[in-house]
Amino acid sequence: MERKSVLVSMLADDRGGRIFLSILAVVAVLVPVLNLMVSDTSALHVPTYLVTLMGKYLCYALLAIALDLVWGYCGILSLGHGAFFALGGYAMGMYLMRQIGDRGVYGNPDLPDFMVFLDWKELPWYWFGFDQFWFAAIMIMLVPGLLAFVFGWLAFRSRVTGVYLSIITQALTYALMLAFFRNEMGFGGNNGLTDFKDILGFNLQSDGTRIGLFLLSALALALGYLVSRYIVNSKLGRVTVAIRDAEDRARFVGYKVESFKLWVFVFSAVLAGIAGALYVPQVGIINPGEFSPLISIELVVWVAVGGRGFLYGAVMGAIIVNFAKSYFTAAFPEVWLFALGALFVLVTIFLPRGIVGLLEKIKQNKKEKSDAKEQVA
Amino acid sequence: MLFFKNHKKFKKITYSLGLLLVLSLLFVSPVKSEDLNDEEFAVLLKQLTQKKFRKKQVAIENLQAVSHPKLKAVYQALLGSKLFYIKKTKQVVYAEKSEAGYVISNVFSNESLGEVSKRKVQKISINNKIRTAIRASLASLSLSDPDSNVRLLAVQDMMKDMSDLASSALKARLSIEQNEDVKEAIEIALALLTLNSEIKQVKLDSIKKLSKSLNPIVKSSISKLLEKNANGEYVEDEDVRLAAKKALDTITTGLKFYGFVETLFFGLSLGSVLLLSAIGLAITFGVMGVINMAHGELMMLGAYTTYVIQLLMPNSIEYSLLVAIPVAFLVSGFVGILIERGCLKYLYGRPLETLLATFGISLILQQTVRTIFTPLNRAVETPEWMSGAWQINEALSITYNRFYVIIFSLIVFTILLLILKRTSLGLHIRAVSQNRSMAKAMGVRSEWVDALTFGLGSGIAGVAGVALSQLTNVGPNLGQAYIIDSFMVVVFGGVGNLWGTFVGAMSLGVVNKFLEPWSGAVLAKIIVLVFIILFIQKRPRGLFPQKGRAAEH
Repeated sequence: MERKSVLVSMLADDRGGRIFLSILAVVAVLVPVLNLMVSDTSALHVPTYLVTLMGKYLCYALLAIALDLVWGYCGILSLGHGAFFALGGYAMGMYLMRQIGDRGVYGNPDLPDFMVFLDWKELPWYWFGFDQFWFAAIMIMLVPGLLAFVFGWLAFRSRVTGVYLSIITQALTYALMLAFFRNEMGFGGNNGLTDFKDILGFNLQSDGTRIGLFLLSALALALGYLVSRYIVNSKLGRVTVAIRDAEDRARFVGYKVESFKLWVFVFSAVLAGIAGALYVPQVGIINPGEFSPLISIELVVWVAVGGRGFLYGAVMGAIIVNFAKSYFTAAFPEVWLFALGALFVLVTIFLPRGIVGLLEKIKQNKKEKSDAKEQVA
Repeated sequence: MLFFKNHKKFKKITYSLGLLLVLSLLFVSPVKSEDLNDEEFAVLLKQLTQKKFRKKQVAIENLQAVSHPKLKAVYQALLGSKLFYIKKTKQVVYAEKSEAGYVISNVFSNESLGEVSKRKVQKISINNKIRTAIRASLASLSLSDPDSNVRLLAVQDMMKDMSDLASSALKARLSIEQNEDVKEAIEIALALLTLNSEIKQVKLDSIKKLSKSLNPIVKSSISKLLEKNANGEYVEDEDVRLAAKKALDTITTGLKFYGFVETLFFGLSLGSVLLLSAIGLAITFGVMGVINMAHGELMMLGAYTTYVIQLLMPNSIEYSLLVAIPVAFLVSGFVGILIERGCLKYLYGRPLETLLATFGISLILQQTVRTIFTPLNRAVETPEWMSGAWQINEALSITYNRFYVIIFSLIVFTILLLILKRTSLGLHIRAVSQNRSMAKAMGVRSEWVDALTFGLGSGIAGVAGVALSQLTNVGPNLGQAYIIDSFMVVVFGGVGNLWGTFVGAMSLGVVNKFLEPWSGAVLAKIIVLVFIILFIQKRPRGLFPQKGRAAEH
C-alpha cells in the first residue's frame, strides 16, 4: 500500500510522465499484437525488423534518461556516458558469446571464435563466469558502476568540475575505445563480439525472442523512468538540483557535495549499462565503435533536443533524433551530418531547454496572459 | 643500393667473377677506360641484342672496359627489364609498358620515340650470371662516382658481404679517396675483413678500429667473437674476447645513445605537432573560456587550403607551403570569426553549451569538406627541400619534414608570445582574460577582442593544418584525430598559459614516444590518457594554473 501511494503521488504532479508512460504502455501492447496477430499482407502489420528498431530506440531512451540524471539534474556534463553503455553491452555480449558454445565457425567448445583465430590457448580469467546468466547480469551493473565509482570518486573529490570534467570523461571513453580495439585485450578487437545464437535458450533470430526483448526494453525504460523520477523527487534529488545551480552554496550549507554527485553518477552509469545490455542482443553486435567519443556527444544532443532536466524530455529527444537519423541516413545520407550539426547549433542557441522547455514556456506565457486578464477583470 | 639486395642468393663463383670484373675495372678505371662517344657506345650496346647469353656476357665485359655517362642508366634499365631493342634496326631503347604496347625512348637523349606495338620490340633478357656481373659493375661505378654520398652507400653495401676481392677494390679506392667520411667507411669495411685474420695483433687492431663504427654488421661480427662453439668452448682466446667485449660495449653504448637521441627527436616532433594544434585552443579556451570542438576542423581547413594552393600553382610546389601558411591563416581565421559572430556570442557564460554548438559546427565543416572534396584523402605534395632525411651517422637519421615542423612550431609559438606580450591587441586580450568587466570599464571593446581572439586562435589552427598536411593524410577526419590530444595538452598544461601549453605538449610528446617501444603505440597513448585523467585529479587546473582573482571562477 505504502509503495503504491508513493507511485501515485509521484505521478500526480508529473503530467508529462503520465503521458509518456501511457504512450509507452500502448506501444508495448500494440506492437507485439500488430506483429504477431496481423497477417503479413495487412497494412497494419509491423515487421519484425521494425520491432527490433523500436527496441533499439527504447534502449537509447533509457540511456538518455541516465545522462539526463547527471546532466539535467546534477550539472555534470558527461561526454563519456557511451562508455558505460558499451561496457554493459560488452558484459551482455560476453554472455551471449559463451552461449554460442561449439556452434562457432571453428567449433571450439571452450573458446570464442576470435580467440581460436588469434591462437589463444585458454580462456582469460575475466571471461570466467560469463557462461552463467546471473553472473553476466551482475557484471552488467557492476562493471559500469564500479568504473563510474572509481572515476567519480577521484574526480568529484578533487573538485574537477564543468568543462574539465567533460573533457576528461571524453578522454576516458577515448582511452577505453583504444583499449578495446586492441586484440590483446581479449574482447574481439576491431570486430567486437558478434554472431550470437541465443539468450537463455531462446533463439535470437526468432520473432518471439525479439518481441520479448522489445517488451523487456519497454519495461526497463518504464522502471528506469519511475526510479529516476523517484530519485529526482526525493530529498536527494532536490539536493542534486541545488548542487547543479550553486555547488559552493550547497557545500557551505553543509551537504557533502561529492557524495551526492558520486551517488547519482554511479546510478546513472548502472542505468546506462542496463540499456547497453538490452541493446546488444537486439542489434546482434557490440564493437569498440560504441566507445567512440562521437557517440557519447550525440547522446548529449538527444537530451539537449528533448529538454534536459525533464526526464521524459530526454526520452522524447532520444526517440526523435534517432528516428530522424534512421530516416535521413537512408534517404539523404549526405544531409544527415549537416542536419545533426545544425541541430546542435540551433538547439543550443534557440532552445536551451529543449522541446519540452519550449512547450513549458508557451504554456506559462498563456497562463500569465490569462492571469493578467483575470486581474484586469 | 638495391642492386646488391639479393646478393647472398648467388653462388660464390658467380660472385667472385663479378668482383673480378669490378676489380679489373677499378684498377683500370682512371687510366684505361676510354671515354666513348655516342656512336662507339651504340655499337657496343648493339652487341647486347645477340641471342646467346654467352655473347651477351662478352658484350657486358666490353662495356665494363669503357666509360660513358649513360652506362649506369643502361645497367639499371637492364636490371629492371626495361632495356629493349627495335627488332628491325637493332637499336637499343628504353621501353615502358603501355596499353597498346610499349612507349620507347632513346638511350642517349631520353627523348620519346613514340608508342610501338609489342611485336616491334624485343626485351634484352639476362640470366643470373650476367645480373651479378652488372650489379658488381654498378657498385664499382658507384665507388668512383663523383658524389661522395653515392660512394659512401656503395662502401656500406659492399660491407654486407666482404670478400678478399672486394677488399682489394676498396684498398685501391682508399689510396685515391679524398673524402674523410668515405675513407673512414672504407677503413671500417677493411677492418671487418681483417677481423678474421689469423694474426692476433691484426685482429686486435681491427677490433679497436671497429669499435668506432655503429654499423649493425660490425656489431654482429664482433659479437660473433664472443660466441662458443658446439663443444662449449670459446672460439677466440681471452685477449681477443676482452677486446671484443670492450668494443661491443662501446658500440652498444653508442647505439643506445643515438637511439635515445632519435626517440627524443621523435618525441619532440610529436610534441611540436601537439603544440601547434593546442596553442590555438589554449588561446580561445584560456581567454574566452570557450571550448572550441571545431578546432580540429579548422586545422583540417588549413590542410585543405594547402592542397588547393598546390592545385593552383602546380609548377612551383617548392614555394606552395610559404604561400599556404598565410592563406590558411586567413581562411581559418575568417571561418573562426564567422563562428564567433554567428553563434558563440550568444552563448557566453555557458561553456558547456558552446562545447555542443561548436561540435555541431565541426560536423557541418566536416560534411562540407566531404561534399566538396569527396571523403577520400587528398595527396598534398612535399616540396623537395622538406623530403628526405639528414643522415647524421649510421645509427641516426633525422627526417627533414619532422625537423622543419619542430622549427616551425617554435616560430609560431614565439610569434604568438610576442603578439600577446608586445602588441596592443595582446594587451587587450590579456586584460579581457584577466577581468572582463574591469577591462570593459577601461574602454576595451571586449566584443571586438573576443572576435579577434577567436580569429587568431582559429588562424593558428589553420597554420597548424599546413604543417599537418606534410605529416599525415589530408582527409575530412584529420581534425578529429587531433582534437582530443590537443584538449589533453591544454588541460594538462594549464588553461590560459602559453608556456604551460608548451611544456605540456613537449612532455606529452616525449613521454608518448619513450613509452612506445616498451608498450606499443596504442597502449602508450592509453597510458598517457590515463595518466592525464589521474593528473587532473591531483591538479585540477593543470601544471601551471592561472593565478590571481580571475582564476577563481
